[in-house]
Amino acid sequence: MKCRDVVELMTDYLEGALSEADRARFEDHIAGCDGCRAYLEQLRATRQFAGRLASEPVPESLQGELLNAFRDWRTASGKKSL
Amino acid sequence: MSIVWPGVGEQRHASELNALKAGDENAFSALVQRYHGALIRLAMGYVKDHAIAEDVVQETWLTCIRRLDRFEGRSSLKTWIFGIALNIARSRGRRERRMLPFASFFRREPGSSGPTVDPERFGGDGMWKTLPTSWSNMPEERVLGQETMVRVRDAIDVLPPNQREVIVLRDIAGLEASEVCGLLSISPENQRVRLHRARATVRKMLEDYLS
Repeated sequence: MKCRDVVELMTDYLEGALSEADRARFEDHIAGCDGCRAYLEQLRATRQFAGRLASEPVPESLQGELLNAFRDWRTASGKKSL
Repeated sequence: MSIVWPGVGEQRHASELNALKAGDENAFSALVQRYHGALIRLAMGYVKDHAIAEDVVQETWLTCIRRLDRFEGRSSLKTWIFGIALNIARSRGRRERRMLPFASFFRREPGSSGPTVDPERFGGDGMWKTLPTSWSNMPEERVLGQETMVRVRDAIDVLPPNQREVIVLRDIAGLEASEVCGLLSISPENQRVRLHRARATVRKMLEDYLS
């Protein structure tokens, strides 16, 4: 397998979408290739970096308005406040 | 490199939905907080203005509240919320595009085929000519710094829409591949191709920035 082709299979590999034979060939290649191992690690890190964007603070005004709307709905539907 | 990955990997039970339906405002606030980053990124792909993206997020939650009593939990709560957000963001984006110059309608989606790594990186034998380097040896304050996150965010915001949706839903919102296929009505193969191209573009930006 060529590095040029291996890099294009990396997401399929991470997603568990390679056939058993392809996965074995992929892992054989990775085991002996520093460059592809580093690239795979970078892709995993990229996924984690993106994941960190989840924690963006909610502006107070928005949080307040949404909470009010939620309380209004609760009152209107006759639920007890918790 | 140990990075927390907050949007992903949480298996929450039906108890969260039950708490919401029972009117538990702490459960509601926790959801608003948890998905804010992902919802804003999803919206930003369509509206390109942070204030309008916040409107989209607000409208999403108001719609969720209105429909909560009727939601039976056949999909996961998360998928339900992001499905609503996607519809609102798309329709808001359509409205805004009407006011843009004509050419922007037909802008070709860049990077939708071809290799995701610069062919110059490989020799004639297809093997690496210039090896990628490990980021785990870099100073942590640089790798994990705020500037890095701003660049990742900006790189995601300018991806072609069909790639951006997938990376936001998978890697930021933490949806499963099958959930994303359902929401976007795409095949598993197509989902993987879009995810691959999106991650490869963000990776490239990171490599350029970190080296």
